[in-house]
Amino acid sequence: MSKEAILNGIRRGLKRGPLPADQQAMLAGRLASHPRHLQPQRAQLPRAEQVALFLRNVEKEFGTVERVAGPEAVPGAVADYLAAQNLAPKFVLAPNPELWAMPWNERPMLEFRSGRAEAGDLVSVQHGFVGVAETGTLMLPAAAHRPTTLNLLPDTEIVVLKASRVVAGYEDAFDRLRAENADALTGGFMPRNVMFVTGPSRSADIEQTLELGAHGPRRLHIVLIDDDPSALPAG
Amino acid sequence: MQTVHSPDFKRNATRAMADAGLQKALGTAKGAFLQRRAVAVANLPEFEQLRNIGRDIKNHTLANLDFYLETFAANVERAGGKVHWCSTAEEARETVLEICRSVGAKTVTKGKSMISEELGINDHLEHHGITPVETDLGEYILQLRQETPSHIIAPAFHLNREDWEADFRRLHTHLPKDRVFNERADIVAEARSTLRDKFLAADVGITGANFLIAETGSSVIVTNEGNGDLTQTLPKVHIALASIEKMVPTLEDACNMLRLLARSATGQDFSVYTTFSTGVRRQEDLDGPEQYHVVLVDNGRTNMLGTEFQEMLRCIRCAACMNHCPVYGAVGGHAYGWVYPGPMGSVLTPSLVGIDKTGLLPNASTFCGKCESVCPVKIPLPKLMRHWREREFERHLTPPTQRTNLAIWAYFAKRPALYRLATRLGIGALHLLARGRGAFASLPLAGGWTKGRDLPAPQGQTFMAAYAKAQRNKRGA
Repeated sequence: MSKEAILNGIRRGLKRGPLPADQQAMLAGRLASHPRHLQPQRAQLPRAEQVALFLRNVEKEFGTVERVAGPEAVPGAVADYLAAQNLAPKFVLAPNPELWAMPWNERPMLEFRSGRAEAGDLVSVQHGFVGVAETGTLMLPAAAHRPTTLNLLPDTEIVVLKASRVVAGYEDAFDRLRAENADALTGGFMPRNVMFVTGPSRSADIEQTLELGAHGPRRLHIVLIDDDPSALPAG
Repeated sequence: MQTVHSPDFKRNATRAMADAGLQKALGTAKGAFLQRRAVAVANLPEFEQLRNIGRDIKNHTLANLDFYLETFAANVERAGGKVHWCSTAEEARETVLEICRSVGAKTVTKGKSMISEELGINDHLEHHGITPVETDLGEYILQLRQETPSHIIAPAFHLNREDWEADFRRLHTHLPKDRVFNERADIVAEARSTLRDKFLAADVGITGANFLIAETGSSVIVTNEGNGDLTQTLPKVHIALASIEKMVPTLEDACNMLRLLARSATGQDFSVYTTFSTGVRRQEDLDGPEQYHVVLVDNGRTNMLGTEFQEMLRCIRCAACMNHCPVYGAVGGHAYGWVYPGPMGSVLTPSLVGIDKTGLLPNASTFCGKCESVCPVKIPLPKLMRHWREREFERHLTPPTQRTNLAIWAYFAKRPALYRLATRLGIGALHLLARGRGAFASLPLAGGWTKGRDLPAPQGQTFMAAYAKAQRNKRGA
């Protein structure tokens, strides 16, 4: 019905019938090879500078960052950050094996549970998939171990990211997803939801003036694990 | 569809220019977007090349739109979603209502969507006993005020901070009357806490889509607040409304468009949340919607294909054209009388609702060309407005005096010697009449012009005469 009406309308407008098989094959080929377009030079940098650019861009967009030497230092960094913000040491921890392997019990004051975020949760600790240096953007694909609500409901989101997971552009982030994520439902690589997050939530709807803390988190804090020797800051 | 008030453009514009509150809001807002865009563009040396690529991606997609739509639909269905093809606004409204009814929905949260405004989704749902709740901050206050957006990315462009405070005080009766709004952040915080419960209670979430991706069957939304994400994540049903020209082939194509969008729109390098939705929540997921519907809307777009207005279908709704438009800056968005204001609206509105009701819109332009120069996909907006003026003339919709004047002008324009003689006499006469004054405050037969501004007095010579003289001098030297 309307499907045919719309497709016929398009063909009538373009003054042609359905595309011939060879043209369709060409377009299918373009989809399969999904060629990249121009990549901005700004993020095509040596590793150390690329990671530094990522962190600088996060801060430019009102996020905060802390670098730690290894995964064992993450619980301490999280506890200290919450204390510095005058926040209770209580959070929802993404059910991610890498995060749960960290020594959270060495900090006896921390109170946390595993799962998705619910209405009353004030702080989440999320697993970062990839960081995009170009604009200081986190890629957070939904997964059983990376619930989307952790990026949305709490006032404060803390994302743990490995320096080896910082890439230049969005296309590089999608390449990682294509390579690493197998989606059982579609046989492809896209999960239900892929969020790119650049800084904390904000609105400029009142007099075009920026205010932080609209509907998503008011604070976005990134704990970066320096697992990549080539990405360490010079000196 | 939303009622068309465009025939009242002149009256609306006059009223808008006399509205002190609106003029204050326009004055406050004007500089902000322009300056931020200029900085963002200057910081990305490749921007110009990205514009060309963006134009080419959209042209390629439109030339093969049937193929990409079918591929998209197949991929949505593979991911457990459903695509609803809707030729008309009525069909789209009915489809949305049916989906809401099928799950017994009482309240529906909404992300900001211009296609929803175009289709009139809210009125339709309300009429059938379902409560739609706008969750974008700007859309939220407009819903409270029962107004329509005056800008496609900043819907409350026409309001001042005092308006927000007054409306929140008037309508948020559950809060203490004597509370103080010290700063804008207090207004944002009140909206956040008021809307949080609505997000959690909603049965269905409706968003628009900035892009649809054929390769993966995804819909993409771009927001700063996070309201769109809450809308499409918390309820058990997510409906994405999208017109057919939102299509791009691949994720890589989308990446190029995204580099253009935020910079052109708000002057950000990237919006806070750019989210790709693909199908339903997976079996093992802890959150996400159980149903995913894409309502694909034509509502007049296919009629633009193959015409001189096809280029308008490249539009990615960034609003750079209206942000830079001197006419929009003077009268605001409501004066245009329909969903899409500014230069893009002056081209799109006649295409979607007919030039007979909207002829004033493509005429409300100085053709300064700023809109085209900032358009991320290089739509030749002045040229397209000129095409609408031609169509209007051909269909005898132009007012009689204007037609007569044009006919007189055309008579002379076709006879260059006569034209030169007439302009020389006219300009000479005006020069004498001015007697050394630089401008006329009033002039017979030009009352329409001089009522609002002075008419500059000619220097005594036509351009052709001055040019010929300069050429003679050059040869003589």
